[in-house]
Amino acid sequence: MKDSYTLKSLAVLLENNKISSKELTSEYLKNIENGKELNCYNTISQEKALIDAEKSDERRKSQNLRSKYDGIPIGIKDLFCTKGVTTTASSKILSNFVPNYESTVTQNCDDAGLIGLGKLNCDEFAMGSTNKTSFFGSVKNPWKSVNSDNELVPGGSSGGSAAAVSGDLCVASLGTDTGGSIRQPASFTGTVGLKPSYGRVSRWGIVAFASSLDQAGPITKTVEDAAILLDIISGHDEKDSTSSVNPKENYYENLNSDIKGMKIGIPKEFRSDKLPASTQKSWDECANLLKTNGAEIVDISLPHTMSALPAYYIIAPAEASSNLARYDGVRYGLRVEGNDLIDMYEKTRSEGFGDEVKRRILIGTYVLSSGYYDAYYIKAQKIRSLIKSDYVEAFKKVDAILTPSTPSTAFEIANEPSDPVQNYLNDIFTVPVNLAGLPGISIPYANDENNLPIGLQLITNSFEEQKLLNVAKNIEETINYSETPEKWWLK
Amino acid sequence: MVAQMIEGWNLVIGIEIHAQVNSKSKLFSSSPTDFGSKPNSQVSLIDAAMPGMLPVINKFCIEQAVKSGIGLNAKINKKSIFDRKNYFYQDLPQGYQISQYKDPIVGEGFVEIETENGQKKIGVERLHLEQDAGKSLHDQDPNFTFVDLNRSGIALMEIVSKPDMSSPEEAVEYVRKVRSILRYLGTCDGNMEQGSLRADVNVSVNKPGNELGTRCEIKNLNSFKFIHAAIVYEAKRQIKLIEQGESVNQETRLFNTQSGETRSMRSKEDAHDYRYFPDPDLLPLTLDDDWIKGLQDTIPELPDQIKERFINEYSLSSYDANIIVSDKATSEYFEDVVKNRNPKLVTTWVTGELFSILNKKNLIIEDSPITSKQLGELIDNIENGKISNRQAKEVLEEMCESGKGALEIINEKGLSQISDENEIESLVDNVLNSNPENVKKYKNGKDKLFGFFVGEAMKLSKGKANPKIVNDLIKKKLSQ
Repeated sequence: MKDSYTLKSLAVLLENNKISSKELTSEYLKNIENGKELNCYNTISQEKALIDAEKSDERRKSQNLRSKYDGIPIGIKDLFCTKGVTTTASSKILSNFVPNYESTVTQNCDDAGLIGLGKLNCDEFAMGSTNKTSFFGSVKNPWKSVNSDNELVPGGSSGGSAAAVSGDLCVASLGTDTGGSIRQPASFTGTVGLKPSYGRVSRWGIVAFASSLDQAGPITKTVEDAAILLDIISGHDEKDSTSSVNPKENYYENLNSDIKGMKIGIPKEFRSDKLPASTQKSWDECANLLKTNGAEIVDISLPHTMSALPAYYIIAPAEASSNLARYDGVRYGLRVEGNDLIDMYEKTRSEGFGDEVKRRILIGTYVLSSGYYDAYYIKAQKIRSLIKSDYVEAFKKVDAILTPSTPSTAFEIANEPSDPVQNYLNDIFTVPVNLAGLPGISIPYANDENNLPIGLQLITNSFEEQKLLNVAKNIEETINYSETPEKWWLK
Repeated sequence: MVAQMIEGWNLVIGIEIHAQVNSKSKLFSSSPTDFGSKPNSQVSLIDAAMPGMLPVINKFCIEQAVKSGIGLNAKINKKSIFDRKNYFYQDLPQGYQISQYKDPIVGEGFVEIETENGQKKIGVERLHLEQDAGKSLHDQDPNFTFVDLNRSGIALMEIVSKPDMSSPEEAVEYVRKVRSILRYLGTCDGNMEQGSLRADVNVSVNKPGNELGTRCEIKNLNSFKFIHAAIVYEAKRQIKLIEQGESVNQETRLFNTQSGETRSMRSKEDAHDYRYFPDPDLLPLTLDDDWIKGLQDTIPELPDQIKERFINEYSLSSYDANIIVSDKATSEYFEDVVKNRNPKLVTTWVTGELFSILNKKNLIIEDSPITSKQLGELIDNIENGKISNRQAKEVLEEMCESGKGALEIINEKGLSQISDENEIESLVDNVLNSNPENVKKYKNGKDKLFGFFVGEAMKLSKGKANPKIVNDLIKKKLSQ
């Protein structure tokens, strides 16, 4: 990504008055306009973004900057509540919802002077890994296979966030990750996606999917940018009881690519015959590369990995079934009138939610029902504990774990499996990280034989984001991945 | 009638008390909790369950719950968990109530109540914290239900008793006692009219020696009278069913305060599946020993202890002591007055005249027109013989009306008694000298004339003479 903008490079351009925030914002708004076919944005904050950019330029003039990055526009997943800007969670049920409050994460961005370009498309209520469940239609991956002109999925649920960064519809974006929703689309679009440790970033003001798993994080072009954005959005928030009081580090300032003496674990349970050869090759190559750069490669075992997906698809829907009960047509959002209260509920929720959301509400309601609770929910929680302890054991031996981010590269929108369970397998490498509450990052490593990006995932122990970023930086520096999608939508 | 009907049957009663935590803000938000505010004027983003809102526990409510637990002689659980109780209703914005299910903050305890047969221990099963729901208003519009979310999120303590009560009277005594303890602790204002304290009562009946009967729960009783009436009605209903060879269905019932009857609300089969699970937005609540100990040190003297002290210190009867300590303000008032005064006299005046004035004016003791200091002054004037008991009642009434002090009224009205013996002797001499005929008759055995002489002497003194001295002197003179 040498030639394109980054948060780091834009900060320098702004500092040297090579470009104003207004010019920069206009440029991105133009890119967004020209890239409408990608369907990345649910809402474009044209007017507000330009006003905010002008204000930033004034601050720069009066040397009253909020941060080095004051005036840089970014994209925001349509799951973060933004004051005065429609927030839909890509659902019909919230399609008319305009919050009168600002999420902690977007407030933190505002406090740093970042400018919101608009709200990025995603799977409905962040449930999905292809972006096809959005009420506003699929996002299209900026990448296409060299062998076909068919449109590809960007991954999900933060598909809009990843595609927008990849297609230069913003320089960086905010996503959320419940089971891989940042890392999987980052992997599919050749971008860097970071899911922080559970509790590192406040959940306040983010439309909840599964509270014990949800975590917001950045999608960027570089590891450095991921560190910069994490610095801005993370930290304790007393409005979120699950927010960690662990002091946060200065990730960008302390970023270094020295990995000498580190131990990198390769979990045997992530190996599979079904893994595409090119992905396997990238994974092996990367391990060798880290070895060459001074790390020790250690074979490890995470024995409960295969139970992670079933456990996740009990816990996440269980929490979701309860979290989504508030969308009932009584106070805000869609209401379809009915003959009585129950009728109104049924009509509102039948019309307001899409199929995947309904499916998960049904699953969640089922697994929490009396008579099934112990067999499903309690059992899943036990598996979750076992998975956590797998990682506790592993991190006694290693500093970081290296895996593929996804079992495949981006696939065609038309080819999405009709069997939901097949679709759920997209998250097989990312889900255990959420269950264990750990930080994980997906970085682009190489392109496959179809010229589609392959992402690799790094995982470290809780609150070791610095180490995670350092290892990622080491890989990034060594491989110097510089592929960009051809901008077919401009033709 | 009632007693006859129930005779030969055992009643088994268990009670869930819902007590609103005395706190300026709600359980998981900083909204105020003032009663009677404009609808929807005390609602935060959290209370309205806006997207992305998260609960943050109000530490003060935790403190109040733990204090209540200590007051109920209960085990404080160092780890407790908040669960979600899921159901849909228009006045439940989140679609779930945050409550404590498997791991409540307070475990087993007990309270002691007075019964016909002496003291009885009633077991407390648990106390847990939960959110209140909003209020549905069905009478504002012909087509719509309106919702007021002011109550949404207010902290409640649910105190669950063991099924240890066996009469409506015991049930009422139990609720009275719990209410009294909470009020002493300041953890609930106990205002039943405003709904700060309400009870769900579980009732079953069985023949002695037989298995326990099927129970019914009567929801939302908000006065002692209703608790009593609902239990009596429900017990009679169940007995009648069984005697007719029918069986009692396990169900939830509502009490109609107009008709005094209970009617079915929903049966066991219709009971909700609440799909409880730990609220992932809240971490388990952990309390450390030092913190609990710190709270223990702030627990005030509670009614049982005060009662015992009053009996020992002031020689009060158990009955009087019970009446006085049942309310914190009353026992404080009593204790203010009784200092350095005759406890018997003070008890009579507090539980007698003062209570009757408060009753008449429908006031609570906190709003008494007579302060403890004023009542003390009045009693002093009785003790030193300045006024009689009868006069004191008059003075008290005047104190209520005018707000003036006792002494001021006594002086103004010239009520003070003549206790000077010389002065009274000359009055008595005067009466005897002017009625020689009657003196003669008295000396000849007409004893009843004694009252006549006393009456004359009192009349002469305009009622101010100390009647005891008058009596004594007349007796002495006539026997000479």
